[in-house]
Amino acid sequence: MDFGGINPVILIAGLMATSVPILLAALGEAVVERSGVLNLGVEGMMIIGALGGFVVAVHTGSPFMGFVGGAIAGAVLSMIFAALTQVFLANQVATGLALTLFGLGVSSLGGQGYNGIKPPATTGLLPDALAQIPVAGPILFGHDAVVYFSILMTAATWYVLKFTRIGLIIRAVGESHDAAHALGYKVNRIRLMCIMFGGAMAGIGGAYVSLVRVPQWVDGITAGAGWIALAIVVFASWKPWRVLAGAYLFGGISVLQLNLQAAGSAIPVEYLSMAPYVLTIIVLVIMSSGRRKAAVGAPASLGQNFHASR
Amino acid sequence: MKRRHLLASASLALGMAFGGSAFAQGLDKVKACFVYVGPIGDGGWTYQHHEGALALQAEYGDKVEIQYQESVPEGADAERVLTQMALGGCNIIFATSFGYMDPVNAIAGKFPNVKFEHATGFKRDHANVSTYNARFYEGRAVQGTIAGMMTKSNKIGYIGSFPIPEVMNGINAYYLAAKKVNPEVELSVVWAFTWFDPAKEADSAKALIDQGVDVIAAHTDSTAPLAEAAKTNGAVIGFGQASDMTAYKPSPRVSSIIDNWAPYYVKRVGALLDGSYEQADIWAGIVDGEVEIGEITDAVPAEVKAAAEKVRDDIAAGTLHAFTGPIKKQDGSEWLADGVTAPDGDLLGMDFFVEGITAEVPK
Repeated sequence: MDFGGINPVILIAGLMATSVPILLAALGEAVVERSGVLNLGVEGMMIIGALGGFVVAVHTGSPFMGFVGGAIAGAVLSMIFAALTQVFLANQVATGLALTLFGLGVSSLGGQGYNGIKPPATTGLLPDALAQIPVAGPILFGHDAVVYFSILMTAATWYVLKFTRIGLIIRAVGESHDAAHALGYKVNRIRLMCIMFGGAMAGIGGAYVSLVRVPQWVDGITAGAGWIALAIVVFASWKPWRVLAGAYLFGGISVLQLNLQAAGSAIPVEYLSMAPYVLTIIVLVIMSSGRRKAAVGAPASLGQNFHASR
Repeated sequence: MKRRHLLASASLALGMAFGGSAFAQGLDKVKACFVYVGPIGDGGWTYQHHEGALALQAEYGDKVEIQYQESVPEGADAERVLTQMALGGCNIIFATSFGYMDPVNAIAGKFPNVKFEHATGFKRDHANVSTYNARFYEGRAVQGTIAGMMTKSNKIGYIGSFPIPEVMNGINAYYLAAKKVNPEVELSVVWAFTWFDPAKEADSAKALIDQGVDVIAAHTDSTAPLAEAAKTNGAVIGFGQASDMTAYKPSPRVSSIIDNWAPYYVKRVGALLDGSYEQADIWAGIVDGEVEIGEITDAVPAEVKAAAEKVRDDIAAGTLHAFTGPIKKQDGSEWLADGVTAPDGDLLGMDFFVEGITAEVPK
């Protein structure tokens, strides 16, 4: 069952794992942006999460604790952003960019001495017998826990944002912070919680890179995944299931192009290499040119600071 | 732009006033600067250059001051960094990646009193630009021998960075050596189009493994391909690239190519100190100690180890050349006649695959 030397089952199983870091980070950022905050520091939070997760996993010997550590590290870094933008009302774009630079630098410093160490292995969640089932096995049962967690989080984020009171409050704060404030909601406190959630998710995404995808620590390990996550949030018009679709599309094309190369495809390598980015741009253009413009999906207060005195 | 010219000409004037005659009799103190394409913590290419820089410091102590900048992108940013270093009093600047070629030659013209050393390039537009390179392909021939003998699926893989001569040499030498010991062997090439992106390098290795490849050579800078191979519990082996990568011993890392830049850096800065410095074009290999073959581990059978070591020793002795005819190009045209070895010029400009490789060269 091969197409041009590519086994679709292995491809799908591969893309699910490849997409996890950008999916988790993008889900977190979607919630942050839904609450009206533009945090461009995703890359910085991811790499701090990658380092934090790696260090904790190496010292405790437990991959699970590693992911917890990654989440905490990402959340702690995001608190710097929260303090600057929510308390001191600094410009969000500038602060976010600074957060990325800061995260990259701190992770490089903190990672000294962790080069060349192997973290404890993250194994498959379900028994191997299930993963041996043809077709369904590798796709549905062959993954580690974080892959299932990422899908679960997509569903949870979607449910919470759409059907719960908390979700309604987050959206209200993001659409009109003045109205939400008039109703008695603590705008900055709610945003702070959302930023922390975004930081934790980015941190777990980063930890997945250093603990599962690459299993080691090297400087600059996330190599721009955070920026892809930011693009996917816009691509998805801030909707969780579309974030999943966007992440899988990007991850899928990335894996497919490498597999096509390895299989000796006749398509020139340059086209294969740029395919993920070109496709992302095309979908963005299509989605923002239709009658329901993507810009309509953007929270109305996105990127604006709030202070009760105004 | 104006300001840069002003600064450049100011420093030029300064250089003429104070440094004009200094080079003839050597310098009392040398400030040696290094431009790195990746982070020192990459565990590979940049790590080895930094080891060379540290060896320099250890050799000359107070007489040498080291300065470096990590993760400098190839392109316009490199010009900025090189200019800053030249203005900052660097006497000699080592630019350690192929992509710094044009920036180095552009900036070198503005600072005739600063020595520029460009790794793996071939352009020397000005008298103060030298190039230095290592014959990595000699090490690839050793790896290819191991790959050809060790593969069970008869599929071997190579993760390429960019289709530049240095990488083309490596792929062809690796394939030819493997083919020599195993005529059935097939080579898959994946281009990552990056020197350093651990996640992408790991994905490239995974794609090769998914295609049935069981020996992977990488021409990128991190240890990620080995980490990916390590997940297969010994089914897939690979090689340390640029650095020994001992963390993955004894398997999947069964051997390695170690770039040993330290002797060259010590020699060049030494020449600057004693006044014997001259423009140079160095291409050193196994025999010079610039390309070292890391320990071949017991994960390979003794006869494979012996065969690989013989290739290494024969290359060092000069009795074997990685490219010895008859070799045809991929399109079937004649390249080297029987018994002829490849001239350096052909290798330095190599832009083709040899016959038998099915992948296409990106243009």
